[in-house]
Amino acid sequence: MTAYRQHIPLFWWLRQWSYLVFVLRELSSVFVAWFVVYLLMLVSAIGDGTYADFQAWSGHGWVLVLNVVALAFLLLHAVTWFALAPRAMVVPHVPPWVVLVAHYLAWIVLSAGVAWVVLLR
Amino acid sequence: MSTITMEVTRYRPGEDSEPTVQSYEVPLRKEWAVLDGLNHIKDHLDGTLSYRWSCRMGICGSCGMTVNGRPVLSCASFLVDYAPGPVRVEPLRNFPVIRDLVVDISDFMEKLPRVKPWLIADPPEEGEFLQTPEEMDEYKKYSMCINCMLCYSACPVYALEPEFLGPAAIALGQRYNLDSRDHGAEDRRDVLASAEGAWACTFVGECSTACPKGVDPAGAIQRYKLTAAVAAMKDFLMPRGARR
Repeated sequence: MTAYRQHIPLFWWLRQWSYLVFVLRELSSVFVAWFVVYLLMLVSAIGDGTYADFQAWSGHGWVLVLNVVALAFLLLHAVTWFALAPRAMVVPHVPPWVVLVAHYLAWIVLSAGVAWVVLLR
Repeated sequence: MSTITMEVTRYRPGEDSEPTVQSYEVPLRKEWAVLDGLNHIKDHLDGTLSYRWSCRMGICGSCGMTVNGRPVLSCASFLVDYAPGPVRVEPLRNFPVIRDLVVDISDFMEKLPRVKPWLIADPPEEGEFLQTPEEMDEYKKYSMCINCMLCYSACPVYALEPEFLGPAAIALGQRYNLDSRDHGAEDRRDVLASAEGAWACTFVGECSTACPKGVDPAGAIQRYKLTAAVAAMKDFLMPRGARR
């Protein structure tokens, strides 16, 4: 008996919207890594007293474009993972929407903390 | 009587080097599922067509197929929902095709016993093993799996990494891990928490979308990841006697 091995097309991820979102979510981790590096560079510049140079470098067109694209992927990363969180974290006697809202609240609080450090310090 | 075109994948081992598509005109009746259309073809148009089916009521899990690109039970998918057609019927994806719409699921049959999907428990000293409704709710939805393989067909991780244990097998392992009568979680851990187990899953979620019984294998796998991570941390941080 010769069973036929089904071929997986190169663009299998374009077959369904959910597959495309999944692949984009996986790709978003590259941009998460970039923002970690960018944040470390920011902290390093503040520590070295070269924040003005860092600001000037960040104002270059390609850095701006990269960061805007990275922000879009980061939002996709956060929103899609948060949407999945209630299914992964089943807390007894706590409804799924509470788990979801807790994630967004933590996001807001941490973002406010970072904004305070960057903008007001 | 109105009709609908069914485009059915044919593969005859020994004759065909790869699958081909054959079209059939079948009556379009509102009470007919895709499986009824295939039965009409088999009985009246082409007796050589091969496919699996049994109960016709979404219980046996035999008649899983890819219909218009989605893995479904052909007994639970109605022709009128695909009107005016054509309806494209293919074998389940991610499995070798034995003939026409019949796929080889022996990979799953080999993997399933690895998760020990049975109760590992000492019998009660007397009487029955009683459970509260809350204890039963913990695992009940995972126990609804009918091994229809739609989740494997929908899973791109299984397509790309065939060594992946897969959604149904992990969900069935969790079904017993979450059972208050069971004490086998530690026995299943080496398999479920391996690189080919829960950690291979990247939470696409399509397995749960495809599941006709509402099992939510994706949720089961993510829950197990949390369990496995906590167990690994306990192993690392706590003395041996205090880990359980």
